[in-house]
Amino acid sequence: MIKNIYKFYYQGFKNMTVGKKLWAIIVIKLIIMFLILKVFFFPNFLKSNFKTDEDRGNYVIKQLTQ
Amino acid sequence: MEHIDFSLVDWSRAQFALTALYHWLFVPLTLGLSFIIAFMETQYVRTGNPEWKRITKFWMTLFGVNFAIGVATGIILEFEFGTNWSNYSWFVGDIFGAPLAIEGIMAFFLESTFIAVMFFGWNKVSKKFHLLSTWLVAIGSNLSALWILVANAWMQYPAGMKFNPDTARNEMVNFWDVLFSPVALNKFFHTVTSSYVLSAVFVIGVSAWFLLKNKEQLFAKKSIIVASIFGLVTSFLIIITGDGSAKNMAKYQPMKFAAMENLYTGRQNAPLAVIGLLQKDKTDTILDKQNISLKIEIPSLLSIMAFQDANAYVPGIHDLVNGNAEHNILSYKERSDKGKIAITSLAEYKNAKKTGNDSIANAALTKLNENYPHFGYGYYANRNVNELIPNIPLTFYSFRIMVGLGFHFIALFLVVWILAKKDKLEKKRFILYTALWSIPLAYIASELGWVVTEVGRQPWVIQDILPTIAAVSQIKSTSVQITFWLFFVIFTGLLIAEIKIMLSQIKKGPETELIENEIRIN
Repeated sequence: MIKNIYKFYYQGFKNMTVGKKLWAIIVIKLIIMFLILKVFFFPNFLKSNFKTDEDRGNYVIKQLTQ
Repeated sequence: MEHIDFSLVDWSRAQFALTALYHWLFVPLTLGLSFIIAFMETQYVRTGNPEWKRITKFWMTLFGVNFAIGVATGIILEFEFGTNWSNYSWFVGDIFGAPLAIEGIMAFFLESTFIAVMFFGWNKVSKKFHLLSTWLVAIGSNLSALWILVANAWMQYPAGMKFNPDTARNEMVNFWDVLFSPVALNKFFHTVTSSYVLSAVFVIGVSAWFLLKNKEQLFAKKSIIVASIFGLVTSFLIIITGDGSAKNMAKYQPMKFAAMENLYTGRQNAPLAVIGLLQKDKTDTILDKQNISLKIEIPSLLSIMAFQDANAYVPGIHDLVNGNAEHNILSYKERSDKGKIAITSLAEYKNAKKTGNDSIANAALTKLNENYPHFGYGYYANRNVNELIPNIPLTFYSFRIMVGLGFHFIALFLVVWILAKKDKLEKKRFILYTALWSIPLAYIASELGWVVTEVGRQPWVIQDILPTIAAVSQIKSTSVQITFWLFFVIFTGLLIAEIKIMLSQIKKGPETELIENEIRIN
């Protein structure tokens, strides 16, 4: 069963006509998004600045009420 | 909110708008083309005619290109929530979590699994199972859109939640109220039907190119007939859901409705300006008022659109800003005062809880709950009232261009369908060129729909509760500017890649050897 599924996907990818260029675009896009943008440019502001949910909640309340 | 970095707010908004607009260039074709392909393949399975298989496979390739390049572009928006809009992300609590988690699971199982069968399964699985997979890809991709649109609808009409002052988060109390809110249901159907119309225009436009080049005439005519019927049916659905959007807007977002119509003074039998030219009124020193000239109006239509009653009173911007006791409309000043009480009560509640003073905490909580529906207005207590009015020219013109193009598409569907049925379409070169050049117009109409929705609800991130000025993270605006330009470059690159690959696939046309192979197999 697993062998058949593997074969199905393997042959499918192998026989793709537009595939190579598209896969290159997809892979480059995902690398840029997740390994560069997410890591270096888009840290989660609250998660990286506060340790607990309580701290995060208190900070946001302070922001909203100051 | 004494010191607001407007540069930060503006760049964060601009970045979100840029990524959302680019993301939306890829989404609607996936939503609509998947159904058109499913109809074409159904024809193939029903008739056994290999020409339908050839047609299905051609459009499936274009679907694949669009899907592959567009996939995951929406995740960027989630990155931005966490970095640029952290107050908002925290404040919405689990309202977004549940729908987005369901979307992720559905997208993975329905789309990712069956999309492989759809592309790789020809001649490997039975015809009926392949067809089922194609339909499941169409249904799955549309259901994925449902959850995102539910989340967006909640921001326009926050329902089914309760604010928790201990955590500063809105907590979902009724999932079904969130899912089945009138705004959510209508938004979903309006958005997906608009995507169907775009896809129908795309198929007709590309097919028209083949006819203009005297290539693949049978393929092109069959594609045009399917797409024009699909486009006509969904255009009528879009009119119904568009009407629903107008009613929801008038009821839940009256300022957006008034801005979209440039209606300053509320009135009964309010007319709808079909077209008009806006000019800034220099005599109004308080509001950035626009006068409308060269207009063509339909009497009472706005009242009917909003409340199904020609005599209904449609509030104008002056009513909403200054209040109207006769029609039970609070002024912005009153709402700002109530909002300020809500904000102060939240602070009092937190301090009282910290010092263990339960009676003060309970009193503050009561005041907070009473005034919570006006919470966001508290940030505007001492600010210019124009900050609470959306960009009127942008909303006004976007709506009219979108609707005008919508009627153009209906006429196009009707004309090409009749001509294709009579077998006269290939001779009507003007119609074919019109169909071809309608492709970019469909994208413009689709994007303008979002402009009306999102620009029209400014300054709110969550309607009446949280404005953009309170939702942004305290980060440097320069970092947002850098990522804005990064996204601009990346998305433009993706768009160019999509267009180039699409064009090369279109020029190749449908597989030529397929029919011969199919005849041999059969």
